[in-house]
Amino acid sequence: MEIKQLEEVASQVRRDIVRMVHGCQSGHPGGSLGCADLLVTLYFDKMKLSEKDGKVVFNMDGKGEDLFFLSNGHISPVFYSVLSRRGYFPAEEMATFRKLNSRLQGHPTTHEHLEGIRIASGSLGQGLSVALGAAKAKKLNNDDRFVYVLMGDGEQQEGQVWEAAMFGPNRNLDNVIAFIDLNGQQIDGPTQKVMDNRDLGEKYRAFGWEVMEISEGNNISAVSKGIDEAKAKAGQGKPVMVLLRTEMGAGVDFMMGSHKWHGVAPNDEQLAAALAQLPETLGDY
Amino acid sequence: MKKYTFTEKKDTRSGFGAGMQVLGQQNPDVVALCADLVGSLKLDAFIKENPERFIQTGISEANMIGLAAGLTIGGKIPFATTFANFATGRVYDQIRQSVAYSGKNVKICASHAGLTLGEDGATHQILEDLGMMKMLPGMTVINPCDYNQTKAATIAIADYEGPVYLRFGRPVVPIFTPADQKFEIGKAWMVNEGADVSIFATGHLVWEAILAGEQLAAEGIDAEIINIHTIKPLDEEAVLKSVAKTGCVVTAEEHNRLGGLGDSIAQVLVKNLLAPQEYVAVDDSFGESGTPAQLMEKYGLSANNIVAAAKKAIARKNG
Repeated sequence: MEIKQLEEVASQVRRDIVRMVHGCQSGHPGGSLGCADLLVTLYFDKMKLSEKDGKVVFNMDGKGEDLFFLSNGHISPVFYSVLSRRGYFPAEEMATFRKLNSRLQGHPTTHEHLEGIRIASGSLGQGLSVALGAAKAKKLNNDDRFVYVLMGDGEQQEGQVWEAAMFGPNRNLDNVIAFIDLNGQQIDGPTQKVMDNRDLGEKYRAFGWEVMEISEGNNISAVSKGIDEAKAKAGQGKPVMVLLRTEMGAGVDFMMGSHKWHGVAPNDEQLAAALAQLPETLGDY
Repeated sequence: MKKYTFTEKKDTRSGFGAGMQVLGQQNPDVVALCADLVGSLKLDAFIKENPERFIQTGISEANMIGLAAGLTIGGKIPFATTFANFATGRVYDQIRQSVAYSGKNVKICASHAGLTLGEDGATHQILEDLGMMKMLPGMTVINPCDYNQTKAATIAIADYEGPVYLRFGRPVVPIFTPADQKFEIGKAWMVNEGADVSIFATGHLVWEAILAGEQLAAEGIDAEIINIHTIKPLDEEAVLKSVAKTGCVVTAEEHNRLGGLGDSIAQVLVKNLLAPQEYVAVDDSFGESGTPAQLMEKYGLSANNIVAAAKKAIARKNG
């Protein structure tokens, strides 16, 4: 897909995010907006997905296709919007986000059989392990597709992440491309103040990962080039860790540059102000 | 009292290892994971015959649970193995989110459960695992009684789709169940039919219940003994049928009295059929170092304790 088209999808995804969070007055818009460009580029351009008659088809085992795992499950709005816009489930269902009897739970889950979701996430630190397990299964199955996983930067404070970080390179799982959303914010404030991750690149290099950076994580052209670079580095014995620098709240000016919008919903006026900055490209749900 | 004899004693963990060897030969989807306890889990034969299907995780149990959940997504049947303490309490949230809530076909196989781990002491002697695991929606919880039954259970759970907690132990115990048994998940196993008291036992306590049954028989008491190898789903029909006949109950388990088999049975009874019940279980405490036999004696988990509990239950019924 052309960069311009991807940007149009990302604009709609951002509208979906703020509308979903506004609709239930609950959820996490900041990180969702920041990761919109990555997820759109992966799902609409880079990932090989199972398709039939031009439509995506969901198979839990994901054999022969690329897989994506969202470890920082609280940014579920961006995940739901991208999955829906990619064709996994009807866009109208986004109106049920976080409401009673919805398949779009506050944090993603397989429990309600929502197409596109392969594991529950929300309790942090577990997704890298799951991705490595799925990658190992692909190796055992002689399946040469990739496993992508996204984690938060605050999430790096969880111990399990480092158990997984040790495992991946030691077992040569070079079919894994992991991303850390480096937005520098977490609930209690700037990550540097709450618990400084220091040099994550050096840490992962020391654990044996191939480490690279995408310095403009909200520039789809840069994200696209970065993913291509990551794919080129994969398959050479080491898993790949991509440090993705994003801006929390990207695309909505008043939500940027602060942790304030980590888990706060916009009111009616704020919603209108946000939507005014985001062209409707695919039709609101 | 039906006569039970044995010619050999073996550890239930060796039954697990033997079951894994069979699965390695029969089911190409079975994968084993272990967190640096290969010898203790008796996985040597499986690893020797299927090196590509064994995953050494190092001492990182949380990662092991996540890896197992991920492996199911490619159609594998992962058996994640370590000591019971590290397979449950240490990784409860990982099991809860990535396995149980996600509905993944992971088999959590836990050795060295309970007091009979022995000299290592309370840090390793988990007595709360059955309770924790049975409280997870969708989790099947199995605690077999001897080598043969553990081997059969290991083989059986590979064919069952869904998360399972399989608990076994360290010490050698008599082998008294048939080598060729078919293991049916959720189906209680009648050890001895009787009329005076129902003794529901699980794991290592089943043999103690048999010894207790012999003592009781010598005193003219006719005990019904049932092996509850599957704590969840519980065979409620078997429980109620037995208690309808005997009118009183003893439960016996190598577990805290809070949250284990006894509480599961009590819940069935309080809803359906009130009957006096006595617990043979650890009285809400941690264990300590000692030999398995010393610990079972000190913490009240021996045949003598079952005999005393049976008499008390019968007295309450008649009182």
